[in-house]
Amino acid sequence: MALTLDTSSPRPTGPTRRRRRPWVWVGNVVVAVLAVMLLHALLANPNFQWDVVGHYFFSGSILQGLVKTLLLTALSMVIGVVLGTVLAVMRRADTPIVSGFAALYIWFFRGTPLLVQLIFWYNLSSLYTSLSLGVPFGPSLWSASTNSLISPFTAALLGLGLNQAAYTAEIVRAGMLSVPPGQLDAAASLGMPGGMTMRRVILPQAMRVIIPPIGNETIGMLKTTSLVSVLAMPELLYSAQLIYARTYETMPLLIVASIWYLLVTSVLTLVQGEIERRFARGTGDTRGGGIGGLVRRFTRVHAERPAAAVAMEEAGAR
Amino acid sequence: MTGSTTVTPMVHADNVWKSFGHLDVLKGISLDVLPGEVVCLLGSSGSGKTTFLRCINHLERISGGEILVDGQRIGYREQKGTLVELPERETARRRAETAMVFQQFNLFPHRTVLENLVEAPILVKREPRAEATQRALGMLARVGLSDKAGAYPNQLSGGQQQRVAIARALTMRPKLMLFDEPTSALDPELVGEVLEVMRDLARGGMTMVVVTHEMSFARDVADRVVVMDDGVIVESGPPEQVFHHPEHARTRAFLAKVG
Repeated sequence: MALTLDTSSPRPTGPTRRRRRPWVWVGNVVVAVLAVMLLHALLANPNFQWDVVGHYFFSGSILQGLVKTLLLTALSMVIGVVLGTVLAVMRRADTPIVSGFAALYIWFFRGTPLLVQLIFWYNLSSLYTSLSLGVPFGPSLWSASTNSLISPFTAALLGLGLNQAAYTAEIVRAGMLSVPPGQLDAAASLGMPGGMTMRRVILPQAMRVIIPPIGNETIGMLKTTSLVSVLAMPELLYSAQLIYARTYETMPLLIVASIWYLLVTSVLTLVQGEIERRFARGTGDTRGGGIGGLVRRFTRVHAERPAAAVAMEEAGAR
Repeated sequence: MTGSTTVTPMVHADNVWKSFGHLDVLKGISLDVLPGEVVCLLGSSGSGKTTFLRCINHLERISGGEILVDGQRIGYREQKGTLVELPERETARRRAETAMVFQQFNLFPHRTVLENLVEAPILVKREPRAEATQRALGMLARVGLSDKAGAYPNQLSGGQQQRVAIARALTMRPKLMLFDEPTSALDPELVGEVLEVMRDLARGGMTMVVVTHEMSFARDVADRVVVMDDGVIVESGPPEQVFHHPEHARTRAFLAKVG
């Protein structure tokens, strides 16, 4: 039998059709039904008092509490990241006293409950009635009573920030360890001193590993700030508690607080995705994480542009 | 190479020892490299050739002996007969005159090719950005990668990355270039383009110390071939002599292994 190759046969054109997957549809239906049931249970039950939720959602004391929560989250994360980076760099030091101090700090602040640390800072005046700046073991140049310095807000900031620094230090250290040692060799061979190498070579590359967990920690911090309600500091949760202690509308006010926490978390997730995208330069992965990355994954706008094309455009733009 | 006694050697190594813990990796290496000379260091893995290369620009501290680059110690100064380690900044400044090219390229992955090239001239040598960019583009043209200035390293082939790494090393106007197995991590078909750039440098009179397994490169380009084994130099001489009339059994054994 003669074998002939028919090279002229027209190839099918048009889009390819995906294989049918009936079980996916069954799964979709089950999940949809469960979702409707859940929604019904939430909305149809009058005990949730959605009208009360609506009434307090934008009330003055709740919004003031929200602002305090955001402020505490932002400031404690700034303290945590700055101090944590310093601790992580200290941990790498050649001298055992410096790296040992950093290790001791991390050991202590990770090893005691945050709640204890918060109460400790708040009651610092029982240990030291006044705080002063001056020559060590010598004369003091400036002094003030502890009670006037440590307000509920400063106690909360100290507690949250110093504790966060211990966790951030470990994240930053892991990030720096993720940079291959060859990068240090390359920087050194080009005559870059240590500090410059850290700023220009190590930290920018470590960022890619550091950002996702720091974003995670920020979202965690948003909710951890509710712990400072024990210091009678009216952040979001304590503001809600103050209202329901008076009106006994416990559930609706906890819902008010929870919806705000959820809203802020969503915004933070979007921001995190954008930052991740920026630090993914040179890795070919420009999708980023978080909700933004999720949306891009679904729409496939960025995924279909080759990384090389993106880079050339960026280079051209500059 | 006239062998004139008035020439300061570019590298002067005298009885260099290096140990990691109890393990002696270098056991008294003495070697002079003259300006403009291309020296290839050969030897089986573990013979200490890469360690010796890293000692030349003080990426590794030596345990004994001394190394001078262009008449200067890189990591130390002499004070009343003992060697005192220099401050980091001073070491960095002296090291900048010695360029190094690595087996794994070690380009900065978060910066474009052009940014990789201008980083050190701008930050370390304080060159104006425009001038550094101009020179960097010239270097890229020299290694044949003018069209890749805006690309990130991971968008390049291994051979292209290594050529960028060589261009980056050149932007520091080095007096001496150290190559640490520059083609060992490359696919065979990409080795040629990197060796071509190195040949070009050698023709241009660059002083080069090259750790390599590329016997043909050593044969064609090297002025001198140095064979190391177990932390000592077993044989040294012009390539034709070492390859065709090796004097030592250990050299013959090594050459037999690499074919």
